[in-house]
Amino acid sequence: MMQSLLSILIWLPIAGGFAALALGTHRAKEARWLALAVAIATFIVSIPLLTNYDAAAGTMQFIEQHRWIAAINSNYHLGADGISIALIVLTTFVTVLVIVGIWDSVHDKVNQYVAAFLVLEGLMVGVFCALDALLFYVFFEGMLIPMFIIIGIWGGPRRVYATLKFFLYTFFGSIFMLVGLIYLYMQAGSWELSQLAALKLGMTPQSWLFFAFLIAFAVKVPMWPVHTWLPDAHVEAPTGGSVILAAIMLKIGGYGFLRFSLPITPDASQQFAWLVIAMSLIAVIYIGYVALVQEDMKKLVAYSSVAHMAFVTLGIFIALGLVRVSGNKDAAQLGISGAMVQMISHGFVSGAMFSCIGVLYDRMHSRMIKDYGGVVNTMPWFAAFWVLFSMANCGLPGTSGFVGEFMVILASFQANFWIAALAAFTLIIGAAYTLWLVKRVIWGDVTNDHVAKLKDINGREALVLGAFAAMTLLVGVWPQPLTHLMDASVKHLVDQLLIVKAG
Amino acid sequence: MQLNPTILLIIALAPLLGAIVAGIFRNQVGRIGAHTVTIAGVALSCALSFYVLYQLVWGGAQTYNENVYTWFQVGGIDAHIGFLVDRLTAMMMVVVTFVSLMVHVYTIGYMAEDDGYQRFFSYIALFTFSMLMLVMSNNFLQLFFGWEAVGLVSYLLIGFWFKRPTAVFANMKAFIVNRVGDFGFLLGIAGVLYFFHSLDYGYVFAHTEALSGKTLEIFGGDPWSAATVICICLFVGAMGKSAQVPLHVWLPDSMEGPTPISALIHAATMVTAGIFMVARMSPLFELSETALSFVLVIGATTAFFTGLIGIVQNDIKRVVAYSTLSQLGYMTAALGVSAYSAAVFHLMTHAFFKALLFLGAGSVIIAMHHEQDMRYMGGLRKYMPITFITAWIGTLALTGMPGFAGFYSKDAIIEAVGESHRWGATYAYWCVLLGVFVTAFYSFRLLYLTFHGKERFAVDHGHGHGHDDHGHHEPGHLEHEPHESPAVVTWPLMALAVPSIVIGALTVGAMLYGDYFGSSIHVAHAEGEGAHEFQGWLSMAVHGLMQPPFWLAFSGFLLATYIYLFNPAIADKTKQALYPLWNMLDKKYWFDPVYQAVFARGGIAFGRGLWKGGDTGVIDNVLIDGSAAAVARTAGVVRWLQTGYLYTYAFAMILGLVFLLGGLWWVVRG
Repeated sequence: MMQSLLSILIWLPIAGGFAALALGTHRAKEARWLALAVAIATFIVSIPLLTNYDAAAGTMQFIEQHRWIAAINSNYHLGADGISIALIVLTTFVTVLVIVGIWDSVHDKVNQYVAAFLVLEGLMVGVFCALDALLFYVFFEGMLIPMFIIIGIWGGPRRVYATLKFFLYTFFGSIFMLVGLIYLYMQAGSWELSQLAALKLGMTPQSWLFFAFLIAFAVKVPMWPVHTWLPDAHVEAPTGGSVILAAIMLKIGGYGFLRFSLPITPDASQQFAWLVIAMSLIAVIYIGYVALVQEDMKKLVAYSSVAHMAFVTLGIFIALGLVRVSGNKDAAQLGISGAMVQMISHGFVSGAMFSCIGVLYDRMHSRMIKDYGGVVNTMPWFAAFWVLFSMANCGLPGTSGFVGEFMVILASFQANFWIAALAAFTLIIGAAYTLWLVKRVIWGDVTNDHVAKLKDINGREALVLGAFAAMTLLVGVWPQPLTHLMDASVKHLVDQLLIVKAG
Repeated sequence: MQLNPTILLIIALAPLLGAIVAGIFRNQVGRIGAHTVTIAGVALSCALSFYVLYQLVWGGAQTYNENVYTWFQVGGIDAHIGFLVDRLTAMMMVVVTFVSLMVHVYTIGYMAEDDGYQRFFSYIALFTFSMLMLVMSNNFLQLFFGWEAVGLVSYLLIGFWFKRPTAVFANMKAFIVNRVGDFGFLLGIAGVLYFFHSLDYGYVFAHTEALSGKTLEIFGGDPWSAATVICICLFVGAMGKSAQVPLHVWLPDSMEGPTPISALIHAATMVTAGIFMVARMSPLFELSETALSFVLVIGATTAFFTGLIGIVQNDIKRVVAYSTLSQLGYMTAALGVSAYSAAVFHLMTHAFFKALLFLGAGSVIIAMHHEQDMRYMGGLRKYMPITFITAWIGTLALTGMPGFAGFYSKDAIIEAVGESHRWGATYAYWCVLLGVFVTAFYSFRLLYLTFHGKERFAVDHGHGHGHDDHGHHEPGHLEHEPHESPAVVTWPLMALAVPSIVIGALTVGAMLYGDYFGSSIHVAHAEGEGAHEFQGWLSMAVHGLMQPPFWLAFSGFLLATYIYLFNPAIADKTKQALYPLWNMLDKKYWFDPVYQAVFARGGIAFGRGLWKGGDTGVIDNVLIDGSAAAVARTAGVVRWLQTGYLYTYAFAMILGLVFLLGGLWWVVRG
């Protein structure tokens, strides 16, 4: 079974999804239980990735390779290193919570709804373990289909606008990547990521490729200024869609930078690192201020996601100058590890924040901040969770939100004082927008009759929020297992950055 | 001999366990269970802290410095959770756990009628854990951990009465202002890692030469000394936590929290974390004269100017709060002249007498049914003798009456600042000297307005309002006569009164003139401190009677006595005569409205501009919707999307994918 572990992780949920479709729209209860069983099974199957992985080696493991499209030398080639495994297990873990979380929130075409989430899970796992660029691209694009469906069918009143915007952005981004990949294939005669990384490339093609990848992945992350699809998509998406979008799909952008931009175009990445760093810093500050004035909770958290994901791109690209100019490998590793920890942490924290908003929305059918106030009076347990996740959102030590930001800021200081100072501004602006939200929604006296009638979270909701809380605290108090999982893989990546391909 | 690591773990974790039980299982354990479990935890910590202190001072134990576990290890950089327990730490542990224990007991009485009883105990026990992690840390990371954790608990406790709009504003303000300090602090820590490649105290303090001659380019072409940059950054953190000007604005507002936490967190322990931190990092601060001068000027400014505000306050807690700001300024000024042991010594004496004063104020507030305005008090001495006497003891200690605890520590600070030749020392000397007069004046004003003079409240019998709501009655009207607080309140007062009198005399020899702190504190060039022979605590007190600080305090006492005991009308006349000055103090130098206008409203306006102008205006309207509209027009996508059938979408997408792959195949083949 170990030889085909990754395939199982991809195809089990997809098969489960089709099984749910086959149940028909009238068997909602069965569809839910089926989806839950499949999601739990997938999560259990993903655990051997952690236990059987040789973290000290840090190489690609659990390899599967089969001929796929012989005519163009493309292979069904899967494998996972520490970086992939962290993201795959995040995916399988969050999917279980999402299936539990959406239990009661949708009553229309339930089987199709859960099917979309299961198919999505399989495709996302595929993205994180594809070692063949074409296979990666298929998963990367295919993943969008269930997400469009989730937003477009079960979304809010402006779902068509949001879906269209989402579609335009991502399609625009990925078409450049496809052209870039085709170019690379024609140069290397292979889609193998390792071969593409070893391919000698002049500075000009590297620069073109770098920008092709940048557009594709920057939209996914999303980076300023291509972030405006995210708030709209979140606002219109149903809760489960938002959780998956924030917790996992955004990570694909960061993952893409690590797997494609850095190894394939290291020289161009170094040359244009300043641009990505500048975009990241603008995101931290600009988006922080924009988040401050949002009136819709979901938009606020969506903007806060953009600001937090900026630490991912900052940590990744700060590493280039550190290792190639200053020869400071330790700091480069710290930056990339920080970026990875930030991705995992954001998976928990943003997933939890969107789940919390979902809990409120299910009761009040409003996401507007002004409709709330004094929720702690009627929902004390919910308030406790909300405050915990808010603290994680503003990077309080002891929560996972601190770890990644801390590592990235420490690494940035080694490159430049001002980069660190601008990034550290998140301490202030992040606290400002998060705590102001807490103040307006949670604290205070009961503001209206609707709030007065609120019921505290039930057991199912407590389970979801409790699981997120446990992970947030675990990673915050003891990140070593997570950093250890990725350490050797990150070190390989940093070593690879030293290779000069041009000229 | 080595300290037992298990004991250290128990000291830290016992309060945490109490907090978890009282917090999560609050309904199961009930009120009695909650206070029993938290008090037991903190009492255990306190007893073991005394034991650790005993072991270090008399038992011949070595300084303990070990890691508990690895927090992360990435490349060659690692961070740990671990304990460094030397005499400085042990002193802090004793102060923190002792004051915390007193506050726990006191809370039984103070919060007796509150619905959030268990929650409150959970928070203060959690605070004790966080504060212990902070002081026991052996590295910068864990220090920051504790630093932010105490900030979190402070946030939760200031907003404890979450229905009050003022409380939930104050806690947000406190957190954000503290974050401004933490911003600097984090950069300082990043700087330490950059130059030392380690975050462990032991390594960093043993290799301070790594900073010598190193520079950082902050503003183009003009390199700064790395030591100066790092120390100022770290000190900015201390300015936030220890409420130094201009980051002091959160502390007076923190009085929105229940009084026990004002005593514990916002007077005795948390706010002194900044002082402790700088003292702990004395080997670094000694590398930069510039940074120390900066510390000195900030501290002295805080000491004098925030004390002045205390004179015009009418809320009993706010007077004590401004007094706390001012005393923190004294400690900071002492740090600035390298008198670290004097600063820490004052930290300790202040912890006892300021906790006493706050708890005394709380006792008064209970008696007055949550009325805090001193204008409606007066003459309480006959109703509550224990509170009255202990408040006098606290006041005498605060004002530096020779023989009392505060005398030894404050005198040492004034003397050290006076003898310093550091840049800014002359200004600082005048600030701390005149501050003594101010301290005496507002302290005795508080005593007289509260306990002496005429009763300015009326007792309305027979109005059965009940106790359910705090602060909803008319000012100056009580339902029944004020009476002394219960034993759980008065016992902690008495227990704190004892060290407020004697702790200075007992420890001054060892802490200031002996080598109590040993290698915990490092002073490069001893200035003033230690230059004099120690003559014994009694002769110091006698000598103190002839020094300017005593006479300044005495004049403050006389003036307050004259105005508030014998001629109250003069207070109003002076207020009229010096209206601009009074107004400036009443408005607290306009810090709050300016911050509110510039940072809060300015930030919101800025954010709105970016949102409406940048995101919606430029990116969405022009770039995205423009192209979306074009697509929609040509392809009729909107109508197509609205069909709503899952298979339509899926089919279209898959078709697109197949088309792309087919095209690709064709390209490659051709």
